[in-house]
Amino acid sequence: MTQTAQATAAETAPLLDGTPGVIADWSSDQRAFKKTHWGKAMMWIFLLSDTFIFSCFLIAYGTVRMSTTIPWPNPSEVFALTIFGNHVPLLLIAIMTFVLITSSGTMALAVNFGYRKNRMATFWLLLTTALLGAMFVGMQAFEWTKLIVDEGVRPWSNPMGAPQFGAIFFMVTGFHGTHVSFGVVFLFIMAFKVLRGNMDMEKPGFMTGRKQDYNMIEIMGLYWHFVDLVWVFIFAVFYLW
Amino acid sequence: MSSNEGQQHPLGIYFQIWTLLFVLSAFSYAVDYLQFQGYLRWFLIIAFMMLKAGLIVAVFMHMLWERLALVYAIIVPPLLLLVFVGIGTLEGDYTFLTREIFFGGAE
Repeated sequence: MTQTAQATAAETAPLLDGTPGVIADWSSDQRAFKKTHWGKAMMWIFLLSDTFIFSCFLIAYGTVRMSTTIPWPNPSEVFALTIFGNHVPLLLIAIMTFVLITSSGTMALAVNFGYRKNRMATFWLLLTTALLGAMFVGMQAFEWTKLIVDEGVRPWSNPMGAPQFGAIFFMVTGFHGTHVSFGVVFLFIMAFKVLRGNMDMEKPGFMTGRKQDYNMIEIMGLYWHFVDLVWVFIFAVFYLW
Repeated sequence: MSSNEGQQHPLGIYFQIWTLLFVLSAFSYAVDYLQFQGYLRWFLIIAFMMLKAGLIVAVFMHMLWERLALVYAIIVPPLLLLVFVGIGTLEGDYTFLTREIFFGGAE
């Protein structure tokens, strides 16, 4: 009894800010992430591990590109599009970047409207985000097809120069595209959960039986923003280098 | 636990950051479109990349408003990657050098 009373007192004690807060939180002998939904903390930790995976890919890419003695294909030219007779460098990738950023914005708004309990706005924003994500994957499929069929790039060879270009390109964009695809699937699922009112009625989840609430949208949002974040890095170091 | 507080902020900040991300992306693309080369290109690419990444993490992912215990737990470990980048660069340059010596060439 005394123990539970102490625990409750500790839980309701005012929290410190700044560096003393960090020390107090981590040494509290309780959960370290105060005032944070456990799902959000877990999503962040997953994203941290994913950060390391993508970083390994990008560092490997850097190492491989620096060490090859065969010229690297110029991405600006490889990913150019010809529109109405005008040759525009890197156009496809620029459009993909803007689509993904737009979807990131609609996702952020969906999280916000979710906490406002505005069910229909949240649904439409999630659906828009999912469709923009699907559009991104579609354009990636177009890009892959162009490279494989028209240019003859393979993971083990590349008629335009260094063979490593193919290996790195398919691995990095493939891994990112897979992340986007899974995100799209979960965005659709989440959109229909919102539409059905699962969050408003705090219905038990299908797999877990836990009460569902709008924190789920914020956690989904973290994943989706992360996918956009990774694209920022891929766009910079793979396409602009 | 009733202490799980969702992040709720005025809509305005999202629109501001959204616009900023569009502008920065346009700048990134302009670097390629205008064919800047050399160190200027590198500097601009990295600068726009870090700005965009920072804005997404800070505002869209709400890191700005999280408790420091979580912020440090997530932001500090990736800093170790800089060491990894350094090692990768050394290794890449070394491999290039040996390839030039043994496979490149005039003899």
